[in-house]
Parts: sequence; structure tokens; C-alpha cells
Amino acid sequence: MSGTGRAGRARDLSYEAVMARRAEILRRSTGIDYESFRRGRFAFDYEAMMAHTGYSLEETLAIQAEANVGRTPLLELRNLTRLVRTAAPSGCGARIFIKDEAANPSGSFKVRRAALSVHEAARKGYPGVIAATSGNYGAAVASQAAARNLPCIIVQEVFDSRGVGQPEILEKTRACEAYGAEVVQLTVGPELFYVHLTLLEETGYFNASLYTPFSVSGIETLGYEVVQDTRRLTGRAPDVVVITHAGGGNVTGTARGLARAGATGTLVVGASVDLRGLHMASDRDFNRKSFTTGHTGFGVPFAVWPDRADVVYNAARPLRYLQRYVTVTQGEVFYITEALAQLEGLERGPAGNTSLAAAVALARELPEEAILVVQETEYTGAGKHPTAQLTFARANGIEIRRGDPAGNRPGSVIVIPEDIEQVRVTDVSLDELRRSYLRHAWQAAGGEIGPEDRAFFAADLRTSGAFVDETLAALAASR
Amino acid sequence: MADRAGPQARPGDWVLIHNVVLPAGSRAHGVPPETQAVPLEMRVKGFLLDGPALPGETVSVRTLTGRVVRGSLVAVNPPIPHDFGSPVPELQTIGPELRRRLRGDRP
Repeated sequence: MSGTGRAGRARDLSYEAVMARRAEILRRSTGIDYESFRRGRFAFDYEAMMAHTGYSLEETLAIQAEANVGRTPLLELRNLTRLVRTAAPSGCGARIFIKDEAANPSGSFKVRRAALSVHEAARKGYPGVIAATSGNYGAAVASQAAARNLPCIIVQEVFDSRGVGQPEILEKTRACEAYGAEVVQLTVGPELFYVHLTLLEETGYFNASLYTPFSVSGIETLGYEVVQDTRRLTGRAPDVVVITHAGGGNVTGTARGLARAGATGTLVVGASVDLRGLHMASDRDFNRKSFTTGHTGFGVPFAVWPDRADVVYNAARPLRYLQRYVTVTQGEVFYITEALAQLEGLERGPAGNTSLAAAVALARELPEEAILVVQETEYTGAGKHPTAQLTFARANGIEIRRGDPAGNRPGSVIVIPEDIEQVRVTDVSLDELRRSYLRHAWQAAGGEIGPEDRAFFAADLRTSGAFVDETLAALAASR
Repeated sequence: MADRAGPQARPGDWVLIHNVVLPAGSRAHGVPPETQAVPLEMRVKGFLLDGPALPGETVSVRTLTGRVVRGSLVAVNPPIPHDFGSPVPELQTIGPELRRRLRGDRP
């Protein structure tokens, strides 16, 4: 293939040629000179990148207010808290609050990210915006682009090779089109990134990536508001904030916002749906997932190697901020989604309720006076609803039954709990993830890792220099 | 109003087109074999620039951002395919169960 670039000269559009132009395309389409932050083979100055290319909290609040984004209500889930206390030891069962992010334009917290990205695109004079995303972020970017009269393209992974689309993603296609965006729908595969790059080159649009400093600093207001709201309602900051973890931006931005609000004692917990065993690039596994986001298929790879994203340096770095990481099963999230609708009168999610399912389990362990905040909800619609997702699962041969979620098998069995006691979390060892991250680096570097990279890894992994040195020494010994 | 549901597409119709981005066997390194064995396909919608055309014919469309894209015609005015599915028996009793529990009733 060949094409004509904006400069008028023919471009080689082969996969290899486009991927080779990756750095230049990303620099032009984000306006970020990532190289200026480089400090080593892997090391870069993360805080300088966030400070020099992102927006301050005050600027972000103002931009989002102008876009009608944020300032969502924090709701106390009194019935769910009562329910948890019926299953908790005496004196236990934390108060559960939820930040109703579904109240945002486009129906999710993702619009906080989109607001800054689209603002940046408009400010820099880009002729349009592109985002590669199959999730709520697409609708969020489309919504913000619509409000700023900017053309918008969303690139999605929608279908398997039979042409069967994931219902959650088909809904997101519809939502993007509702806001006037062009949607490029692809079949399964990581080469979505290649198509993304060709479109960036063809159009000269801004890359509204999920992983730029704009996108991640847009979420800081969410963490900040969580603390402000909780202080207003309870007189103090939350003890625990539970965050659905996928690509890492939600954890990173929220945790940074909590810190900006002075909530230094708040425990930051990430939660993902356990889809371990399903391959994210598999044409066969694609439609055996009953969740297309908030799951370990993104959560683990993006934690252990953030710079796999569609930018040079990923601003979303979850291991910098996670203090605990847990998984729940698909069946538990569907069960809690039902509980939220039936006991609180809030029809939300389901994918955004991953953190709520984890919160129900975590609240049982905490004293009654503890404050636990779930920092998001998302809108519900055709395709993204328990009945839609379970009907689809059944049509794809997935067994669905009531029982103990311990019997859950990603891609073959979904077990809906029989009672609230069966909603549990499984801890993922953060040290294991840190070791996996270091293994990636060690392999990429061929074993040679200098002192500036080691210091960077300690900060990037929220660990000690000794842990980094010991892990790298063990890798060298096992060579 | 003219009936736009027929298989023949006319200039200006809102249509879905399809093309192969990477053929089977030419996928990225590292994708699983079942993905390597199938092409990377793209579907895009737009207003038909040429025609009349029948499904399967190569056509050009103007997308919502004004790009011109060529591909094989799939459908005219393609419907929105997803829905809420069917009621799920495994979910239907959860609400009553939880309310009973909150009231303190024995199951």
C-alpha cells in the first residue's frame, strides 16, 4: 500500500514502515517531545513529564467545569452497607460510598480524561482528534469533540473473524456515532495500533491517547473530589478508595488526586475482573469474555509493562500508586450490579462495578466507622447490561449458574454467588507484579541495567532500591 | 420517502463497507496462531460516493470526518444490532433474596 501524506509525498503504508515511523507520528500527534524526559535506557523524569505537559489541578478543574464535566455526587449506599453488616463480624462493615460518575456527559469518568485531551487538541490547533479505544473513553472523546466542534475518529476492536461483535463494544460504537464521531471497527488484534498510526498520519489529528499526561491528569480531579466530598459528608478523608483497574490511568490519576487533596492515609486499592487464561489477542477467546474492560487482561500487562501503550512514555503507571490489588470474578460483578439496582435503585455498570464488588468484600473486614469509597459508576445501556452480556455469554457456550464463585472459570463458567458472603476478593501479589516488570526490563536490556534505571524502577514500582537490586541479581543468576 | 432497505445502494446512501487491512498469515509477530490464521478486517460507515452498487462491489464512501475510504459494500443503512438480551433466570431472584435478607427474614 502507499498513500499521500499531508506533505504530498508518497508514504509507505506497509505494517513495518508505519511501525518504524511510530515515534515521529506520536511526537507530532501528541505535541509531546518525549525524548526530552529521557534519563536512561528506561528511566525518564515522570514528574517533569506530568508537570510540563499536563495541566495543573486548578487548570484542570476550570477546563472540566467549562465542559460540564465532574462535580458528580458522592452517594452513600446505606442499604448495601446494611447488607454487608448482616454478613460481617460484630462491629465490622464499613460505610460504603460511591462517586456517581455516570452523571458526567457521556456517562463515565472517562470524560474527565477526554476533556483535557480535546482541550489540548483545540488549543494547539489540531484539525481533529483520534482515540484508539473500545471502551467508554471513545464516547467520552466523541462527546467532548462534539462540544468543541472538532472532527473525531474512534478506532475500536469490535469483531471476531466470524463478524460477531462484543455487545458492550457495539454499544460503544453506537454511542460514539450518537456524538457524531466516525468509528473505524476492527477485528481482533494488536495491529489496531498500526491502523491508529496510519489514521494519525493521514489526518494530522491529535492522538487523544488514554496514556498521555493530559488524559491521566484529567482523572486527578476525581481523586480530589472524592476527598472533598467525603470530608463534607463525614468530616474526614476516606480510609479506603477502591478503583477499577484496567489500563492504569484510573488508578494513577485517582491516587494522584487523593494525594493532592492531602489524603495521605487513604489506602489505594485496585480491583480487576479475573480473566486470567484468556488471551487478549486471540480471535477465539475474544467473544468468550463477558467483560471487555476492567479486567486482568489489561490490568496485569499494563501494570508490569506500562510502556506497551500508544505513546512513548505512559503517564499511567499503576504500580507507583497501588497499595493493594485484588481480583473478583465476572459472576460477582453481575451479582453486585443486581444488588446496586435492587437495593439502592441505581442501575449502573456492570463493568464499572468491578470496584464495587471488591468493596463489598473489603468492607466486611473493616470496622463500622471506616469510610470506603468506590470512585466510579458508569452508564448502563443496550449491550452493556447484565442481561445483554449474559445472553451473549450463553450464546457463546459459556455455562452460567448460581453457586460459589470459586467455581468461576474465565471463558467457560460464570458463577453467580448465592449470597453476599460468597462475594470475596483474591489478592494479587504486588511483589510478583514488580518482579514481572523487572523481568521485562531485564530481558529488553539484555541484562545490562544502569544505576539511573534502577533508581527509576524503585520509584516506578513503589519499592526499595534493595528490592530492585535483589530481583535483578536473581535474574542474572538464573541466566 | 424512498425505501432505502433494498440491497442496491445509491449515491448518498449511508452504507457499511469492509476491507482487509492485513491478510491472514501477515499479522503481527506474537499474535496467537488462531489470530495469525485470519485477516485483520476493517468496517467503516459513510455516505456512498458512487453507485448504484450491490453488496460485494467495491465502492467509495465519505465518512463522518470527510475521509474517502474504499471497500467492499456490505449493507445499506445497517441496523444497530445489539440489545438487552433476554431475562437471565440466574439474576432474577437476586433482588427478592437480598430484600428478604435486609428485612431479617429466614430464607
